[in-house]
Amino acid sequence: MSLFNQQGFLRLPWQGKSFANGIHPEDHKELTEHKPIRRMPFSNKIIVPLSQSIGAPAKPIVSKGQDVVRGEPIAEAGGFVSAPIHAPVTGTIAGVDELVSMPNGSKTPAILIDTWPSSDQTVRYLQPRDTKVMSADDLVKAVQDAGVVGLGGAAFPTHVKMKAPKGKTITTLVANGCECEPYLTCDHRTMLEYTDNLLKGLQLAMVISGAEKAIIGIEDNKMDAVEKIRETINAQGLTHIICEAVPTCYPQGAEKMLLKSLLGLEVPAGGIPADIGCAVFNVGTLAQIGELVPEGRGLIERIVTVSGPGVSKPGNYIIPLGTPLSFVLEQVGAIDNPGMIILGGPMMGTSIATRDIATTKGITGILVFPPEQLPSSHEAEMPCIGCRTCVEACPMYLNPSMLGKLADVSRHQEMMDDFHLMNCFECGCCSNSCPANIPLTQKIRVAKQSIRQKARSAG
Amino acid sequence: MIKQTPLTIRTSPHLKKVLTVPQIMRNVVYALLPICAWAIWQFGISALALIIVTTLSCMATEQLFTAISGKKSTLSDYSVVITGILLALTLPPGFPLWMAAVAGFVAVALGKMLFGGLGQNPFNPALVGRAFVQAAFPVSITTWTPGFLPERFSSFIPSSLALPFMSPADSSAWIAGQVDAYSSATPLSLFKFEQVSTSTSDLLLGMVSGSSGETSALLVLLCGGFLIARGIMSWKIPCAVILGALLTATPFWLMNADIYPTPLFVIFSGGLMLAAMFMATDMVGTPLTPAGIWIYGLFIGFLTVIIRLFGGLPEGAMYAVLVANALAPLIDSVTQPRAFGTGLKKQAGEEA
Repeated sequence: MSLFNQQGFLRLPWQGKSFANGIHPEDHKELTEHKPIRRMPFSNKIIVPLSQSIGAPAKPIVSKGQDVVRGEPIAEAGGFVSAPIHAPVTGTIAGVDELVSMPNGSKTPAILIDTWPSSDQTVRYLQPRDTKVMSADDLVKAVQDAGVVGLGGAAFPTHVKMKAPKGKTITTLVANGCECEPYLTCDHRTMLEYTDNLLKGLQLAMVISGAEKAIIGIEDNKMDAVEKIRETINAQGLTHIICEAVPTCYPQGAEKMLLKSLLGLEVPAGGIPADIGCAVFNVGTLAQIGELVPEGRGLIERIVTVSGPGVSKPGNYIIPLGTPLSFVLEQVGAIDNPGMIILGGPMMGTSIATRDIATTKGITGILVFPPEQLPSSHEAEMPCIGCRTCVEACPMYLNPSMLGKLADVSRHQEMMDDFHLMNCFECGCCSNSCPANIPLTQKIRVAKQSIRQKARSAG
Repeated sequence: MIKQTPLTIRTSPHLKKVLTVPQIMRNVVYALLPICAWAIWQFGISALALIIVTTLSCMATEQLFTAISGKKSTLSDYSVVITGILLALTLPPGFPLWMAAVAGFVAVALGKMLFGGLGQNPFNPALVGRAFVQAAFPVSITTWTPGFLPERFSSFIPSSLALPFMSPADSSAWIAGQVDAYSSATPLSLFKFEQVSTSTSDLLLGMVSGSSGETSALLVLLCGGFLIARGIMSWKIPCAVILGALLTATPFWLMNADIYPTPLFVIFSGGLMLAAMFMATDMVGTPLTPAGIWIYGLFIGFLTVIIRLFGGLPEGAMYAVLVANALAPLIDSVTQPRAFGTGLKKQAGEEA
């Protein structure tokens, strides 16, 4: 660890290499972190929602009854901030506009595919190319054509982030290997087992963004990944890429927190990493880019951590996108009557009401809990005793206690004007640490929605 | 097809830290028990009776108020037990029990329930109770009994059993019957009115007169340390209070060591340690902001010393905490933290 940060600013001894505040939840990663990634079989039915990323939904280009080959495009991007979709299996299109449930409870149109049982499901739909001769613009197009979105859970189309917005330059690329959410280990395993792909993807992203250097930031509870990546960097002589360990602390994986830890810089409130010359990508995303772009393929599967006390075979699985959740649960030996299923991590993930949904690009984890072992008990809310735990947990230096009290009396405007309401990114540290069981994050979320609604109806 | 039970739906975060308000409060009660034990060992059954009476009085008052307003009983959150015990620890060991019961009622009624109960009270309820009896019964609250009297376990200090609305019985004959010569003055009043200093080791170990729970500074320090070590209490406020007292006392002592006490005497005597560990840290009346709690703690230490040195009373910790409680909202409003990513100087890589 050097005395100076990446930008050449002196780092004082007490300014450890981390952001301030945050929490240390029990991580439960031991369930899956040492298990090699396995491939899950193909289910008979595949459900591919057309809206799998932030931005415009994809437009189907296939019709009912048509046969498709695994890897073939079946829907095209609906705009610049959108990603195309490829057939996850070889099979027959059984429907194009069927409404299916999404994790958040809404319904969205989807393409249904009946899997061919006899197919060996090898990907034959590829157009290998030499990425060394491709221009930055060709590569952006290639990334979009591959349908890659942020695989860390945000599902934002990756090609949009790769080019610096007008008037800004990207000098440093950051690969986010923090994976600070408890239970999740898919990024950890990706870094260990797909190191070459990750570094290849990172270099492609550097070409696209024009960044001169790259930093891979990994929480120090994954030192095996840090060592593996450092060895590979040295072996390949990649002097412009470094790998740094950052302290294990939730939410280290939030991009603003990681940038603070690695560079000592704060992204201005309401701004994006490009404002400080950076772009941040999840390591899983980069590993996919490193594999898909040179092969000229589309994103048709992803690595998902399936874990929790309700699963008898927890692990990291390569799951074809569109695999029904009930099929996944069956394969991993989930209990018959779970009390709760969370998609994503327990801090920011969504608990779902129905098992009739499909795996999509944004699902990092599937956590199953028996009814008697829910991740948190539902205790009655008590009055705030001003213990300051939430203030000391908030990584954005907000005052959640005050925000909660103002939310109770619907003083949303004051929350925004005087207490930086919109800076909250809902990491959940305040709710998690509150001894009085006050749902602070939830109250703040509601207040943010009401502010946005007001702005929408006014404008 | 297996019949599927409905899944539980909640919004994130789904994980919860296990420490709850009743657990915090219960741990504070545990931390106070050794101090109670020392008080009973030193002052006998009168101290025991005092602790029981204030605690029961406080609990009964809270129960009465919740019952009147038709709410669920809140005794199970343990906060009122802390108030009761803390109140007893700040009263003289021979304090008449009926007055102690009044103090308990006032503490919870005026200091807590009229503001809306737990979380709503701007002032530390125990100190509200003590401030009330300080005004109402000025003689009884400044009448001290020496510790370790031979008959302390066989009979009550006579003043303890004074009948309601009667002048307290004089305990001096009872005390004189057990020791040849005694001074019941506290180290602080000895210093203030007679310029007699007490040794630091006596102060640390509690071999002095004083309110029932504040004689042994070391024990209070250890009990507070237990809460800090268990992560239930932050070290910042006790540190700030002690630092504030040291910073204020040292210049005076350096100027004239004859009339001003040593900084060590200041922090180990009287109720300062109890105030720093258990009164100033009462979460409800303290500021929320990181800078605010330092200002708050330093101010308590400063004000305690100023009252002791220049006020009419030998002790000042109680009023210092109450005044600081009153200032907490103001301190909060002027020390709101800089939100992440705001108010920054120009950073490298940022375009003009």
